Amino acid sequence: MVFMLEKQLMQFETFSAFLDMGGYGFYVWLSYGISTALLLTLIFSSIMHHKQVLKNIAKRLQREDKLRQVRQQRKNSQANITTEVTE
Amino acid sequence: MWKWLHPYANPEVSYHFTGKILPWLSAIAAILLLIGIVWALAFAPPDYQQGDSFRIFYVHVPAASLSMGIYLGMAIAAFTSLVWQFKLADATAAAMAPVGAVFTAIALITGAAWGKPMWGTWWIWDARLTSELILLFLYLGVIALHNAFEDKNLAGKAAGILTLVGSINLPIIKYSVEWWNTLHQGATLSKLGKPSMSLEMLWPFILCFLGFALLAGVVICIRFRSEILNRNSIRPWVRTLVLAQTPLPTNKSTENN
Repeated sequence: MVFMLEKQLMQFETFSAFLDMGGYGFYVWLSYGISTALLLTLIFSSIMHHKQVLKNIAKRLQREDKLRQVRQQRKNSQANITTEVTE
Repeated sequence: MWKWLHPYANPEVSYHFTGKILPWLSAIAAILLLIGIVWALAFAPPDYQQGDSFRIFYVHVPAASLSMGIYLGMAIAAFTSLVWQFKLADATAAAMAPVGAVFTAIALITGAAWGKPMWGTWWIWDARLTSELILLFLYLGVIALHNAFEDKNLAGKAAGILTLVGSINLPIIKYSVEWWNTLHQGATLSKLGKPSMSLEMLWPFILCFLGFALLAGVVICIRFRSEILNRNSIRPWVRTLVLAQTPLPTNKSTENN
């Protein structure tokens, strides 16, 4: 095991000693766990937010394009009354 | 002298610039954090007084100093924006607030989890802890103000004033352990010249600190880019950029009609 091999370097001789953290396991792992969870949530939500922003802008552009088309068509159909418009 | 900086004041240039450096920043942050955390958890020696509970230090102290550092950055950005009407500074400040809030929360929670075994209590209303809690509320207030207005310039102004008024809290946090009697221990590292820490503990700390700082930078970059897009959504360059990423089904609608 890696733990046995690096006994000299590592502070803990067994994996359960590593988890126990000299009796402070609960507090140490609580700290590292909550920190990891909070940071991952922040990273994930920031990336999702960026995607959402891109999506919202795309949606707005789509809406504007549609409006422009409707306006163009109305103009065209008014022009059609007098002359045929060929495309 | 400062002319080389001018192109970066352009939202388009800074959007593409941050997009280019983001993968590199993320990779370096991940490597530093991986090495730093493993070193801190398994290889660093236990403290002679606090035993293995000292390993909380490697998260707690970087988070706490970043919570203040990010606030300082946010205050500088807010000042720049208020005085010189520099739009990108507003976007920067808005991007920094949530990141700072998360690091403040981490500092408070890891502090509580360290305080319980060392002091016998999760929380105490002493100067250091209370002022750090106020910092969290300041961050939340700034975030709320940034989201409270449809007009981003107005929101930036309101949030900027709160940020600047709240910056009085920074020296209070920093010197609280000297000005008042407190359970919180004094500075371990910032004694200039001779840090009261052994090198075996200092190295993993430096790696963790740089890793967390870069991670903060990465998230700030991501949020900064979203802010730029939101504030420039009517510009042509945003239009071409969005169209390139999500092609619109415009042809379909013309065929149907």
